Amino acid sequence: MKKTGERKYAIIGIVLVLFIIIWIKLFNLQILDISLKISSDNNSQRKLVIYPSRGLIYDRNGVLLVSNEAAYDLMLIPMNMKEFDTLSLCLDLSISIESFYNRLNYCREYSRYRPSLFFKQVTAQQYAILQEHMYKYPGFLVQNRTLRRYKEGIAAHILGDVGEVNLEILETDSYYTGGDYTGKSGVEKYYEKDLRGKKGIKVYLVDVFSNIKDSYMNGKYDTLPEPGKDLTLTIDAELQRYGEYLMKNKIGSIVAIEPASGEILSLVSSPSYDPQLLVGRNRGNNYDSLINEKSRPLINRAISSTYPPGSIFKLAIAIIGLQEGVLKPHTSYPCDKSTVGCHGHPPANGVAKAIQYSCNPYFYFVFKTLVQRGIEKSIFRDSRIGLNMWKDKIVALGFDRAYDIGIPGVNKGQIPGSDFYDKLYGKHRWAFSTIYSLGIGQGELLISPLQMSNFCAIIANRGFYYNPHIVKKIDGDLVKGTNTQKVFTPFDKNYFELVANGMENVVNEEFGTGYYARINNIRVCGKTGTAENPHGEDHSIFVAFAPKDQPQIAIAVYVENAGFGGVWAAPIARLMIEHYINGEVSDKKLEKRIAEENLISEKIKNAE
Amino acid sequence: MLNKRGNILINLDWITIAIYFILVFLGWINIYSAVYDENHSNIFDFSQRYGKQLVWIGASIFIIFIVLIIDSKFYSAFAYPFYGVGILLLVLVLFLGIEVNSSRSWFEIGSFRMQPVEFTKITICLALAQFLSSLSFSWEKPKSILILFMLLTLPVLLIFVQNDTGSALVFFSFVFVLYREGLNKVLFITSFALIALFILALVTNLEVLVITILLASVVGYLLTSSRNIKSQIIFYSFLLYASVSIVLINYTDIFLNKEIVLILINVGVVALQMLIMYLIKRSKTLILFAILLIGVSGFVFSVDYLFYNVLQIHQQNRINELLGKNADPLGVGYNVNQSRIAIGSGGLTGKGFLQGTQTKYNFVPEQSTDFIFCTIGEEWGFIGTSIVLFLFLFLIIRIVMLSERQRSKFSRIYGYGVASILFFHVAVNIGMTIGLAPVIGIPLPFFSYGGSSLWAFTILLFIFLKLDADRLQIFR
Repeated sequence: MKKTGERKYAIIGIVLVLFIIIWIKLFNLQILDISLKISSDNNSQRKLVIYPSRGLIYDRNGVLLVSNEAAYDLMLIPMNMKEFDTLSLCLDLSISIESFYNRLNYCREYSRYRPSLFFKQVTAQQYAILQEHMYKYPGFLVQNRTLRRYKEGIAAHILGDVGEVNLEILETDSYYTGGDYTGKSGVEKYYEKDLRGKKGIKVYLVDVFSNIKDSYMNGKYDTLPEPGKDLTLTIDAELQRYGEYLMKNKIGSIVAIEPASGEILSLVSSPSYDPQLLVGRNRGNNYDSLINEKSRPLINRAISSTYPPGSIFKLAIAIIGLQEGVLKPHTSYPCDKSTVGCHGHPPANGVAKAIQYSCNPYFYFVFKTLVQRGIEKSIFRDSRIGLNMWKDKIVALGFDRAYDIGIPGVNKGQIPGSDFYDKLYGKHRWAFSTIYSLGIGQGELLISPLQMSNFCAIIANRGFYYNPHIVKKIDGDLVKGTNTQKVFTPFDKNYFELVANGMENVVNEEFGTGYYARINNIRVCGKTGTAENPHGEDHSIFVAFAPKDQPQIAIAVYVENAGFGGVWAAPIARLMIEHYINGEVSDKKLEKRIAEENLISEKIKNAE
Repeated sequence: MLNKRGNILINLDWITIAIYFILVFLGWINIYSAVYDENHSNIFDFSQRYGKQLVWIGASIFIIFIVLIIDSKFYSAFAYPFYGVGILLLVLVLFLGIEVNSSRSWFEIGSFRMQPVEFTKITICLALAQFLSSLSFSWEKPKSILILFMLLTLPVLLIFVQNDTGSALVFFSFVFVLYREGLNKVLFITSFALIALFILALVTNLEVLVITILLASVVGYLLTSSRNIKSQIIFYSFLLYASVSIVLINYTDIFLNKEIVLILINVGVVALQMLIMYLIKRSKTLILFAILLIGVSGFVFSVDYLFYNVLQIHQQNRINELLGKNADPLGVGYNVNQSRIAIGSGGLTGKGFLQGTQTKYNFVPEQSTDFIFCTIGEEWGFIGTSIVLFLFLFLIIRIVMLSERQRSKFSRIYGYGVASILFFHVAVNIGMTIGLAPVIGIPLPFFSYGGSSLWAFTILLFIFLKLDADRLQIFR
């Protein structure tokens, strides 16, 4: 028999080599491969986001406008799902089996082992049943969320809406993760960073079934959520509601400002909608139907629609004329209807009377003297210079400016200057005769109701204003900065006084165009406007402030396609002023008549 | 002299016994950690696995006494009856056993479960030793070979029928015993190549390729071993080269296509060395061996090449999934992947006792049985795994050395059998937790939870220690 004792070395050699291979592999795994440690962290730690409650929103008097409401999102980790009674779940959620499988596939496509949204915003009733059955549905879990609650159902355009973040926001702001909510419009969007608060994170150790086992490192890395900051608006909820009530079945807007502070008391855009429509499961459907409506209720007309201002612009022409010295308080012009059309009225002796009667030829002449200064011989060159000088003054009165009021979407409007007409007609190819209609607030002018209201506030203040704004306090602290800085206009106080007198006459004197705005115990100063509209009926406009001395409210009312300014806009302004100052309205009949009138043009009505 | 021969306490190999107890103790605390739960933190809680394991450890000590008290001649004398009982149990379990994890290999008596296959390892080992050491056995006689073949094949077939592939494969490790006892080296290479190819078929990757080449080279060298200094230098330089190439394949990105470059270098150098050795020794076997080696390397490489360059991505994915590669971490390869994550997350020093998050929170399956090594890796780190690995290596080599000092052939063969079984279990069990070996459910000796396996390994080891203690009583 052969000697095979030597073979023990071969055997020991093989054992040795295999152990060395295992040892090298262990070295590789445990010392060199860092990726496994990261895998391990993801594997066993679950970061649970604790959502902060979003800041509440109050009106100027402490009325709660926006609060939060609990909602429950049903999440699914497909990996952890086992066989279960699908029918029972479908019944609990009132969904069909097809819908169930669609949702399931959606979740699986997102991730097999991360929670993905299975069913959004389970209602409280559904949740009550679901909660009892949760043990039957392995892999499903409930995530608490908060939804907005717009209890008062008003001020949709001011408050805005909250919706899921889109891709663009996700990429630019690391605060958000998919499915988070963010302000989409209005104050909700503008003050998103204050309202949203700060998310908290709780780190848990979980087992393979994602069951929470323990808090990680005794909560060392946990952070508490910081609730969002509460906002106090400048809006008067009562006045806002009343404004929306009056504007029912009308297209247009009301902007009311407290002249002494620039605080916006109400900002009505009509047609409006119940902000609660854009919350919860039906948000998508409601949004679609709102956006498809012909009257376009989602547009905030008060700040983003711009119109020709009509006769109310005569106030600005008067102030500039007086300041420039081309107009004296007692200057008179004949009511020469060959220049521009006018309505029958007594002779306009002096600026105040001209305003009272809203005499078109009068302001035609004033604007002519403003534009044709006689600086250059050529009327073309002269008009160019004159128009630019005029534009500078107009801008000084607060037009052509997008006020930073605290809501996105403010439109700056349009005050045409020489550049504008150069582009339109060519340089030196236009003169006063081309642009005269600016003098009576027609032509290429585009002014937003907000600008009209602020202009009115300037007159009410006799020459200065505060940046109009909508948020007064953040978490109880007054918002400082531009909102509290007085802005002076370069015009003499007396000229404003003179114009104010004219406005007082408009409402309170015989042959005043705004007699519908008259209130017994309050001296209302106002000005009517009627803007010609090539697409249909004229727009009805009224600006006013009251009382004449120490005014509490400046208001602009713009009703589209409603005809003469004195007929619809003036009484609406009157009711608003009376409601705000007196707390109640004396003429209930008028109130009823206004509220019930439907002034939406046939075109839009028929389209619906 | 006689007194010394008779005193078992003096003649016992206490070093092996010490290692045995260290391993059993380490196993127990790792089972405690693996199933640790704050609600049941008492280590002596007998409703928990660590409590039960403690009971079984206690019983093992009792078993050890019995094994040591029985006369050593008893084991050789009753080797065949034991073998018969073992076969009977394997047959019975097919009819009376219960199915656990799709294999019908457990007896259940009341709340007590027993896996007969664990004990047949002992009986087959004894029978093998008895048969090979018998005077009638000769490698030259076809009858002897036939009986040997049947002796080994019968239990393996029965275990395969139970659907317990892992345990069946353990018996292939007896090829070491046979080799030591004079098995033809060609047969040895063939069986070894079979095992290697089997593993290759399951987890084909480059590491395995290099390992196979390395192993084959070592085997090849040892088969043609010579005292020639030059060839020894060549061998050791080759070993160094192979280790370096493993390291390079694992850790470098220097070459744009490092795999191809390294494989070519590998094959080239192996061929060159074989050529040199041929020139020195003029051995035809070497040339054949070299051709075989290059052929296998070329084949594996071309499979790899075809796989990545000819097949479409989705086809590759399908095949990868089939092979249980990492493509789908929660699919087929889930267990291994989780186990690798657990071990890898341990780092150098580990997360500390009871601090493992992967094993404790059930990410790793079978954490107290087949995958107990994960707990060691995660909580005790590279230092812990190195120590355990070293303890096993030391134990196995110790048994081989002890076997070699036996006067009786029976004792030596049995010793080699013990070493082979332990080696196979350790290498494959640890190999599967780190992705080197396919996942076949076999326990880590002395560590894994379970009475059957602990008792079987205890009996297996202590019979040998008894034989060893009595070695001087046998006169040549």
